[in-house]
Amino acid sequence: MNEERSHALVALAARRWRIARALTVSMLVTYFGFVLLVAYDKPLLGKILIPGLSLGILLGALVILVAWALTGIYVRWANRVYDAELARARVIGEAAKPTATDEAES
Amino acid sequence: MSGQGTAASTSLGTPNVTAIVFFFVFIALTLGITGWAARRTKTTSEFFAAGSKVTGFQNGLALAGDFMSAASFLGIAGLVSLSGFDGLIYSVGWLVGWPVVTFLIAEPLRNLGKYTFADVVAYRLTQRPVRIASAISGLTVVSFYLIAQMVGAGSLVQLLFHLPYEAAVLAVGVVMLAYVLFGGMIATTWVQIVKAVLLLGGASVLAVMVLWQFGMNPLRLFDKAAAMYGPEVLAPGKLVTSPVEAISLGLALMFGTAGLPHILMRFYTVPDARAARSSVFYATGFIGLFYLITFILGFGAAVLVGRDVVKGIDKGGNMAAPLLAEKVGGTAFLGFISAVAFATILAVVAGLTLSGAASLSHDLWNHVVRKGKAPEHEQLRIARIATVVLALIAIGLGILFKGQNVAFMVGLAFAIAASANFPALLLSMTWSRFSTAGAVSSMLVGTLSAIVLIALSPTIQIDLLHHTTAIFPLKNPGLVTMTLSFTAGIVASLLRPDADAARKFAEVERRIQLGARGDDGLP
Repeated sequence: MNEERSHALVALAARRWRIARALTVSMLVTYFGFVLLVAYDKPLLGKILIPGLSLGILLGALVILVAWALTGIYVRWANRVYDAELARARVIGEAAKPTATDEAES
Repeated sequence: MSGQGTAASTSLGTPNVTAIVFFFVFIALTLGITGWAARRTKTTSEFFAAGSKVTGFQNGLALAGDFMSAASFLGIAGLVSLSGFDGLIYSVGWLVGWPVVTFLIAEPLRNLGKYTFADVVAYRLTQRPVRIASAISGLTVVSFYLIAQMVGAGSLVQLLFHLPYEAAVLAVGVVMLAYVLFGGMIATTWVQIVKAVLLLGGASVLAVMVLWQFGMNPLRLFDKAAAMYGPEVLAPGKLVTSPVEAISLGLALMFGTAGLPHILMRFYTVPDARAARSSVFYATGFIGLFYLITFILGFGAAVLVGRDVVKGIDKGGNMAAPLLAEKVGGTAFLGFISAVAFATILAVVAGLTLSGAASLSHDLWNHVVRKGKAPEHEQLRIARIATVVLALIAIGLGILFKGQNVAFMVGLAFAIAASANFPALLLSMTWSRFSTAGAVSSMLVGTLSAIVLIALSPTIQIDLLHHTTAIFPLKNPGLVTMTLSFTAGIVASLLRPDADAARKFAEVERRIQLGARGDDGLP
């Protein structure tokens, strides 16, 4: 595999794992924050904000929305940035070494 | 059993014409799909992965269909109707695994594997030991999940259609067998899609009919419930007691989803990583919406049907949603919702059986017995034999466990999935020094520790065996077993390194990005 392309791909892979890790940690913090509130401060979550809506129900519904939103953020980033960079990294290799595809090497 | 001991009368448990009509329409439709799929199922890739031609949106629905079991529909609605807020804790826990699947698992899995999650774990390791270990952990998860579904199916159908328990289990087993045996993954995928649409559609219509009575404002419904049963229905109750217990359960729910073989297998049905990631986005949206709707249905049942009536029919509250359907939509709507609940079980059981068959045929037969050299037609034949064997086992276990409390088995399946499959999957994709010894130890330690600790937990010792104390204090062992499994994987990898596997790590990273570009490079 040509050097430049290989570097571009390794850097991109590292970037994807970094983002995946950051989003996973955000999800863990959000969810376990909710669970620990449930465990430690039940009266707080039982507090009625407006008739019919307790803080607990609001936060629970928000965790569900946050889960979906984080998934959306990742998918948007991956579709727009990651896929585009991946396509570019592929082209780097092909421009530098037009005849040999690295498929045969590994 | 209708109306016995309760003030209100219900036709639940008496043969319901609408339910039977809807049910036969569903069976006819899905068997039609199976016939169509059977003509398109000639290769192992079509049998196990629907030829990788499913779109992201379709797979999103199918993933949601695989995950939204009758247990979560009826069980959560029941839990909410009887205890209010606490049901939401489960819903949230079951949902938050999906983002993790999106970020860490979906794309690498799609690009590294072929039919099973073992393809990924074994990619750069020694095939046979890793395949055997992952077949053990994968099949254990599938078996416990399957038992819970079959027993649930038997009791549910008995209650909804007034069929004898054994006949219900047999019916589920035979119809499911027809889907998987003839139509493979193509039929299973479409059955999941039809079921997901019916379940989401039916639950939404029911929720709208309930909210209609409250000016389309869920808060007025919750407020009414608080007025009837006290403000504690809107606050956390007895479900979560100690923080350690809560974290342990949360970990198992969250990472269990990322280790369920029948869910992981679905990522091979899409053409590429982009479709894999978008399918989880759709699935997360559908499942989140479904749980929010279920929450409304639970409160609707508490207010409109009444807790005493719900408890009078079934102590666990599992009939809350069907009773609510009867209350707001009459016998015909009860019939529709009952048929949807039955269809839900059929679809989930089909997905589980197919993933078990893939493990037996692809991992154990092809890679362990035949060292990866079994010809296509032989793999397909073994897959079909495995399907029949699994269906017979499922029917047998379903009948054997009649009347047993098997609710803990779903928790057990999630605990094993989180502590046996997930750590090995994650380490194999992210840590270059993960070795064959590490993978095998991590999967076996995860499986065994989860089974042993659940056997010693209060769930079995106190609730089931009626002992006064339990040796192990946590109801769900996720916190301990995941730690054990990761530790075993890391320590064994450091003690018995695998130089060859470490060298191949660069190839794994590149393959995660670029995919196989055809199936030629597969191990």
